[in-house]
Amino acid sequence: MKIITKFWIGLAVLIILSPIGLILPEHFKAGSAWGEWGADEMQKLAGYVPNGLKRLSILWNAPMPDYAVKGWEEKGLLYLIFAYIISAIVGIGLIVLVAMGIGRLLSKKEF
Amino acid sequence: MHIPDGYLGPATCGVFYAVMLPIWTVASKIVKKTLKAKQVPILAIGAAFSFVIMMFNVPIPGGTTGHAVGGALVAILLGPWAACIAITVALVIQALLFGDGGITAIGANCFNMAFVLPFVGYYIYRAISYNAPIDSNRRVIAAGVGGYIGINVAAFLAGIEFGLQPLLYHTASGQALYCPYGLKAAVPAMLGGHMLVFGWVEAIVTALVIKYLLKTAPELLGPSPSLRNK
Repeated sequence: MKIITKFWIGLAVLIILSPIGLILPEHFKAGSAWGEWGADEMQKLAGYVPNGLKRLSILWNAPMPDYAVKGWEEKGLLYLIFAYIISAIVGIGLIVLVAMGIGRLLSKKEF
Repeated sequence: MHIPDGYLGPATCGVFYAVMLPIWTVASKIVKKTLKAKQVPILAIGAAFSFVIMMFNVPIPGGTTGHAVGGALVAILLGPWAACIAITVALVIQALLFGDGGITAIGANCFNMAFVLPFVGYYIYRAISYNAPIDSNRRVIAAGVGGYIGINVAAFLAGIEFGLQPLLYHTASGQALYCPYGLKAAVPAMLGGHMLVFGWVEAIVTALVIKYLLKTAPELLGPSPSLRNK
């Protein structure tokens, strides 16, 4: 099997396994990454929400925030896992498209 | 290590975009000279790998979470300049689509994770594996050390970027405007988690994949690997 084919299979396996990255932190009751708290968490941690942070943190509304599907938050772990896998597929699909595009623009035409 | 919107002030964000612009330009020029059409899929796979490995959040029980980036690994395979482009693509998609890292902080996040990490990791790998035969275990160790030090230098810099904010931006009464934690809190927090846990994940992932590739596809790691030379 060509190594490129093995790479693609490896990526597919990582996509399927990716919910480990969702379940493990939940299981061990670990919070957000340091410095990646939302405004609510900041209120609890620092006792106030800095003004600039409040203003800038709502600057961008990501379509799939935190690798989740909007509206599925309360539907339980299975939905979160499913949304995580969808996020991995959508993310990798877009990244491959963009990177292939950039690669084509930058690459020499010889094969 | 993905700095969100609102943690860095406008000038800090501007400085890092300004720093990254020439880096991206040079990266494009160098990759344009060296990238062959048949190597384009490897560039895409490198970007996709970095993206998905960052989804594997590793917890410190009762504390914070973190993850590997795969920066050194992608740099060893593609060369550091192509790795810079690949990881930039991953970080931009993370920010735009998933809100992982702020759009105002794309410059800073790319500086830490798409520039410093792959370059530090790559040159440490090159130094330690200098003249090592292709089947040598020294290459595997070099990859692990490169990953470990690369991600820790990146985390250290992220800590400094966070920690400078209360000094740079505060109200007359001393309340922070952006990240409220100074250097004494931010640097040990960022460095601690990465030195103790996340750095080891990066090291193990980097070393294991390189070990596997040395066995199955040594041509990717030879003396003039893929994208670095012609």
